Amino acid sequence: MPVFNQSRKNVIMLVFIGMFVVILLQLMNLQLFSPNYRIQAEDQGTFRKVIYPDRGIVFDRTGKAILQNTVIYDLMVIPGKIKGTDTATLCSILGIDTAEFHKRIITAIIKNKSYRASIFEPLLTNERMAKLNEIMYKLAPGYYLQERSVRDYPFDAGGNIFGYLGEVDSNVLKNPQYQGYVMGDYIGKAGLERTYEKVLMGQRGIEFWKRDKFNRLTDRLENGKFDTAAVAGQNMYTSIDIELQALGEKLMENKLGSIVAVDPKTGGILCMVSSPTYKPKLLTGAERKKHFAELLLSPARPLFNRSVSATYSPGSTFKTLQALVGLHEGVITTDFRVSCGGAFYGCGGGKPMRCLDVGTFDLRNAIRMSDNTYFATVMQRVINNPVYPSQDSSLSKWDQYMYAFGLGHKLGIDVPSEKPGLIPTPALYDKMHGKGRWNYCTYRSVSIGQGEVDVTPIQVANEMAYIANKGWYRIPHLVDSIEGGDTFGMLEKFKEKHSAVDIPDSVFEVVHDGMQAVVDGGTGAGARVSGIRICGKTGTVENYFRGVKQPNHAFFCGFAPRDNPKIAIMCVVENSGRFGGTYAAPIVGLMIEKYLNDTIAANRQAVVEKFANMNLIPSRIYTEMKTLDSMLHAKDSAYLLAKGYIRLIKDTMDVDASDEEEALDQIKIDKEGIKKGKPVKDSGDRKFTIKTEAILPDQKKKTELKDSLNN
Amino acid sequence: MRYMYQKNPAISKGIDWVMVWLYAILVCIGILCIFSVEFRSSDNLTQTFLGFKKNYSKQLYFFAACSVLAIFILLTDSKLFTAMANLSYLVGILLIIATFVVGKEIKGSRSWIPLGFMNLQPVELCKIFTALALSKYLSQQETDFRRPKSQLIAAAIAFTPAMFSLLQGETGLALVYFSFLIAMYREGLPPGYLIAGASLAVLLVATLLLKPIHLVIAFSAIAGGIIFFSWRRIRRNYALLVFVLLGWAFCVGFVQFAVPFIFKHVLKGYQADRIFSMVGKSNPYADEKTVQLNQVDEKAKKKKEEAQDYNVKQSKIAIGSGGFAGKGFLKGTQTQGDFVPEQHTDFIFTSVGENFGFWGTSILMLLYLFLLLRIVRIAERQRSTFSRVYAYSVAGIIFFHVSVNICVTIGLAPVIGITLPLMSYGGSSLLTFTILLFILIKLDADRQMVLR
Repeated sequence: MPVFNQSRKNVIMLVFIGMFVVILLQLMNLQLFSPNYRIQAEDQGTFRKVIYPDRGIVFDRTGKAILQNTVIYDLMVIPGKIKGTDTATLCSILGIDTAEFHKRIITAIIKNKSYRASIFEPLLTNERMAKLNEIMYKLAPGYYLQERSVRDYPFDAGGNIFGYLGEVDSNVLKNPQYQGYVMGDYIGKAGLERTYEKVLMGQRGIEFWKRDKFNRLTDRLENGKFDTAAVAGQNMYTSIDIELQALGEKLMENKLGSIVAVDPKTGGILCMVSSPTYKPKLLTGAERKKHFAELLLSPARPLFNRSVSATYSPGSTFKTLQALVGLHEGVITTDFRVSCGGAFYGCGGGKPMRCLDVGTFDLRNAIRMSDNTYFATVMQRVINNPVYPSQDSSLSKWDQYMYAFGLGHKLGIDVPSEKPGLIPTPALYDKMHGKGRWNYCTYRSVSIGQGEVDVTPIQVANEMAYIANKGWYRIPHLVDSIEGGDTFGMLEKFKEKHSAVDIPDSVFEVVHDGMQAVVDGGTGAGARVSGIRICGKTGTVENYFRGVKQPNHAFFCGFAPRDNPKIAIMCVVENSGRFGGTYAAPIVGLMIEKYLNDTIAANRQAVVEKFANMNLIPSRIYTEMKTLDSMLHAKDSAYLLAKGYIRLIKDTMDVDASDEEEALDQIKIDKEGIKKGKPVKDSGDRKFTIKTEAILPDQKKKTELKDSLNN
Repeated sequence: MRYMYQKNPAISKGIDWVMVWLYAILVCIGILCIFSVEFRSSDNLTQTFLGFKKNYSKQLYFFAACSVLAIFILLTDSKLFTAMANLSYLVGILLIIATFVVGKEIKGSRSWIPLGFMNLQPVELCKIFTALALSKYLSQQETDFRRPKSQLIAAAIAFTPAMFSLLQGETGLALVYFSFLIAMYREGLPPGYLIAGASLAVLLVATLLLKPIHLVIAFSAIAGGIIFFSWRRIRRNYALLVFVLLGWAFCVGFVQFAVPFIFKHVLKGYQADRIFSMVGKSNPYADEKTVQLNQVDEKAKKKKEEAQDYNVKQSKIAIGSGGFAGKGFLKGTQTQGDFVPEQHTDFIFTSVGENFGFWGTSILMLLYLFLLLRIVRIAERQRSTFSRVYAYSVAGIIFFHVSVNICVTIGLAPVIGITLPLMSYGGSSLLTFTILLFILIKLDADRQMVLR
């Protein structure tokens, strides 16, 4: 009987084959025509681990590393593996109690699951590191130390020069120039770190890892066949003299202002002090964000690089340039004399421009005594020179001189946020007064560096280098050379000599004479250093803040030695009151002495201390600080106001920052914690702690000092 | 190899070496796949292989044990299998019943008996005994398989273990017993039964999945279509019209009245729920009260469903990412990353798909197909009905296992826990298939004998 069913064998075989064909078709569909699965598999099964190279090291002119990398350790924990370890010892080393310990473990589990590593204590101090190292074998495998590379500043000076690193924000990510950066990467946000980002950051490496379903990295993909190695950032040699920089920062402590010194031969910047400044170490490490917000909110604006971003009326320092123009235009000679009977009467009526010393001056003495009438007359002669058909053309000619001296435009220095300053043009006055409705007398104060003329400290220092070199300058810059070559051609422009107008040396000699006289026996006598022939010029600048007259800014600029200039320098002390010779000149004298003699004579150390301890911060800054403080303490509306304030600062200061608002929240929480008597989380003595003194001293100190000064 | 065995012609005579080789190759591929899933580059190779710690080393030992057993089977007398058939079946059933008492719960089912060195799943082993018992019954001279009584007895033999298996919650293993229908079909089970059964199954599943009103519309449309297109034949023979209308009436009645009646009054609430849960739906006929009670249950069920979705999704990603050529042995990121759950047992096919790509999977499929067709060929050359029925039973079981397992991994079938024969990790499964195949090889070696 069953034999008759033999044909059913074929049916069964057909069923078998049919089923397998269906399976093969589906396999074809999955494996050959669904590229999506491959992408999904790569997404979840492999991990591109970016290897960050060490950033480049920055050296000063003597070869000392002034910006380098250091390794700091984080204590990591894998909560799933800590059973049976000696918690008590660990807590005592870290200075935490059991409750805090449990809190941290729970936070770690919530954040990263118990089988993955989390940071237990970030950025260990050396002392704790040593103690932990001793008992580490007892803590394994639940805890381990993980190294982390951070920026280190051996001299803890030059914060405004170096800038800082910060996490990239969405603006950077959108910028095609920064292709390859991803969220969470660090990038130079100010100073050299920002300008030379490409050079310093090196080339990132990529490692391909396999990972499992718990997101743990298990193994290298194909033994690292596809990996690329990281290339460390290039080192940079700068012209900075770090000791000079440190001295400058010390002298400018508790003052608003700037010191810029340039090597006139090379254009290399020797120091660039912006005060108040901050210790650059504040902006590395765990509390970076908090410190950043505090610095940003400070009314004294420590993050603001005054050397390149602040603009001032040049005041009397402008006069030397007028002498150059007058001599070169031939409207005056070195023997040209002007007598001052108390004020400049060349324009007839109007508010008189007073001169301090009554008498008759030749050019040398006019510079020495900073005679207003003299230079007002010189500029009047330049502008009203009959060679030029109109006021327009003569002012344009004058503008050309000013541009040639490096004013009125950005110099192209290698730190960001440089301001162009202001040189008045005919177009400006047309706009202000109407076409043809102005003449020299409208703007005669420009001749003595007041009115519609603004310069930055770096421009003044560069102008001194120009005069010292007798007619040329190189663009001031910080970086001299890059190890391994200037791949991006960033240093090319610093090699070129700029000498737009050809002024004979004899003209400069006369100006140098005058400037030497300033120091030898004129307004700038405070800058005198025995054994060095210094040429200088003082300036005392009237200024207004929101329409209210403020104490004068003190200016002093110069170069030395006269025969073979090695340093061109300027110093401005904001709102110091008195004259340029009183505060700025002695500071410049000390700086020159330090740079040329490599040390400051023992008998002058006291002067250093005296200036370092002087507090010249105007009281309005303290008032603003108080306001801000109460704003942070106050209710939400004021707090939001503070947030708006941050945006305002960001806009006005050209600071590239993204995370300070978050940090502001943190500050507020901390402060509220104190106010309500909540226990403030004591995370031990962290490596970096900020004190108010880091930015500004208390006002009490100031009055005491003022008193001592008056005595 | 061959020469060695020929020294002892008593064993090697008549053995189908192609089958033996196919068996060995598939088991070796299986061990390599388990190895590729579990091996990490940090492992010490010799240590793990000798250490009996990792699954691939365990599987190697299972293979060795099974080889010894295979030789024993080849040494026995074929008559033993016919003699033992009914007895072993009885023992198998008893073992299954025993699991209700001494069973150990593994992965949610209480169908395992712990033996110390391994866990035994009687339902798995019972496939062999059922195949033998069915062969024994069908090969008896007094059995006339054309009579419904014989057909019923055969069905009872085949499906009794399945019933127990269902009670234990092992749906997958229970379904395997349907593969005996292939052997029965070969022995003369009217195809009408199979067609009717299949249609009824489709109807039932459709009832569970779709709304009754939609089905009624569909049936009406089909009936209308048949009447319209075969109008001429109907004019000649009105009985045909009556037949079509009766069919339509039956279907509609089944959907509209029979199913709701059964679910509401015949089945208990939890039973209905379980049936609906098999197709991934909640019971629409449940009372208000039970719905509330079941809501907690519902959540757990949903979680389980999501987990199953995840399995299939991961399995498809792993297989799909293999592409044509595969990623290479030990280079699969998905299998190495443990993304596919159960990848050394039920989802072992994923490692073939990922490591060796389409050419690897198709060669494996062809190996299995070759094995099946070889078994059919062996079956047809048997003189005794016993051997033939047994051979077809083996073919059916392997076919069901292979096709369902692979369909699950490539997303063509719902997740049913069922192993890939000879390749999946697990002593119980490997033992079962070794015995199944080597009894067949032994019977085939003695095909000149007439066994009853």
